[in-house]
Amino acid sequence: MRGKKYEIQKLHQAEFIVEKVLMLFAAVSVLTTAIIVFILFEETIVFFSEVSLWEFFTGTQWTPTLQPRSFGIIPLVVGTLMIALGSSIISLPLGLGSAIYLSEYAHKKVRKVVKPILEILAGIPSIVYGFFALTFITPILQTILPQTQVFNALSASIAVGIMTLPMVASMSEDAMMAVPDSIRQGAYALGSTRFEVAVKVTIPAAMSSIGAAFVLAISRAIGETMIVAIAAGQSPVLTLNPLNSIQTMTGFMVNISMGDIQQGTIEFKTLFAVGTVLFFMTLIMNLIARAIIKKNREVY
Amino acid sequence: MDQKLYEKRHLKNKLFHLLLAGCILFSITALALLLYDIFSKGLGWLDWQFLTSMPSRSPEKAGILSALVGSVWVIGLTSVFSLILGVGTAVYLEEYTDPKKLINRIIQLNISNLAGVPAIVYGLLGLAFFVRFLGFDKSILSGALTLTLLILPVITVASQEAIRSVPRSLREASYSLGTTKLQTITGVVLPYAMPGILTGSILAISRAMGEAAPLIMVGAAGYIAFLPKGPMDWFTVLPVQIFNWTSRPQEEFQYIAAAGIIVLMAVLLSANAVAILLRNKYQNRMD
Repeated sequence: MRGKKYEIQKLHQAEFIVEKVLMLFAAVSVLTTAIIVFILFEETIVFFSEVSLWEFFTGTQWTPTLQPRSFGIIPLVVGTLMIALGSSIISLPLGLGSAIYLSEYAHKKVRKVVKPILEILAGIPSIVYGFFALTFITPILQTILPQTQVFNALSASIAVGIMTLPMVASMSEDAMMAVPDSIRQGAYALGSTRFEVAVKVTIPAAMSSIGAAFVLAISRAIGETMIVAIAAGQSPVLTLNPLNSIQTMTGFMVNISMGDIQQGTIEFKTLFAVGTVLFFMTLIMNLIARAIIKKNREVY
Repeated sequence: MDQKLYEKRHLKNKLFHLLLAGCILFSITALALLLYDIFSKGLGWLDWQFLTSMPSRSPEKAGILSALVGSVWVIGLTSVFSLILGVGTAVYLEEYTDPKKLINRIIQLNISNLAGVPAIVYGLLGLAFFVRFLGFDKSILSGALTLTLLILPVITVASQEAIRSVPRSLREASYSLGTTKLQTITGVVLPYAMPGILTGSILAISRAMGEAAPLIMVGAAGYIAFLPKGPMDWFTVLPVQIFNWTSRPQEEFQYIAAAGIIVLMAVLLSANAVAILLRNKYQNRMD
């Protein structure tokens, strides 16, 4: 009998240890956030002891590695926003259109074929889209518009748009599928066409989640790296011409990391300063997306 | 009734239908063109010599072996780390804490915020923390740990959903046999949730396999002419090697890059196939 009791005691001890270990695992995610914020701030604060905030946020010259050094981040931010805007013109309408088609129009059999195609598109690594942009989209653009540069914002935007389209489509479709069928049936009973049901019933009911999907897609485009590093170029000049070579924040970060940079140098700190700006831009977008969903959550 | 209005409304509906079909067609065309682009350029360069050679300055001799081995190393370690941490976190959140409790809500909020952080920022974390602070250098270990943190939110959320889908009655049946909580989790909950956990995890690991940006930050080189022998060695991976080839000016390297992409996509597809097989196997056992 005593042996048995001892065994049970051991069992409970194991339970206790496992729970504590699992708690440690769960703490990793909190720790990750803390470390990200800490390392970004640590280097960025040092960076701003050498470069003025005013120069960084209002300067239009970005030459952190060339003498005379200049740290105006505006060209990088404009480049990033150009890619975000350009890709949204493709991903938002086409993604939403695909979602409406899948949830309101498509036959079951068609869905079975189309859904996996979108999933494949979503699973293709961004480096592959970058290759596609540089070796396929850019030559086509150059035949249509001969003044197009080898590296240009338009080609990268199109590729980022194709890459984020499936995400918009699947999130919007989920939102529309969540609209109860009874509401649709009511509209059909009144003699509505599918078009009227989609535009006047389903989309308004799913609007908040669709809006959140849009914001998240833009956030994704802002953080997208390999496509722009390959296809958009490495020229941090302030331009609004999408046929020109530009540089985004992520493109700069990749470019500077290709060389062996030493800790403590201004290049190293610049990397983290740009990373901090990127982090906050995407964080704000994600918080907006969450706020949209929370505020407008329809309860059926 | 107003016949004209009726016809107009239905015409509108038809036009809209066509427009939407056009949206779908765009994606299908894009995928077809992308595959055509890669296969037409890369297939001619894909041979045994390419798979078994080291990278080289001359395109005819260049191969992908060191990147392939590097990818296997990095993804192998990433899978082990991220599965242990992700499933562990999910079990803790779902089985050991009350969803309404503060600690659960904090961790949950954290996870959803982390899921939105761009991959390249994880690269900065890896560079500052694993490479410099912990002194792991530009090693396979640094790369794997960085990717682990990157995909951890995805694996955790997928595992949580899978664990949540385990019926309460199964847990109660297990407890009624006198088992402890741990025994119920390892004997009933996890096996039942396994198909869901595996599907979500393999998708996340596939994503890690295609990531280049965070590993470039961590210091994966584009040119490694030796095979890594341990987790502390320098390394390169398939996507970084492809990036290196794509950004070279000579045209031949574009073809080499395309051949590399075919290898990468083949590896990704087989990973997904394994996911489906595993899921089916577990599902059969459950039914």
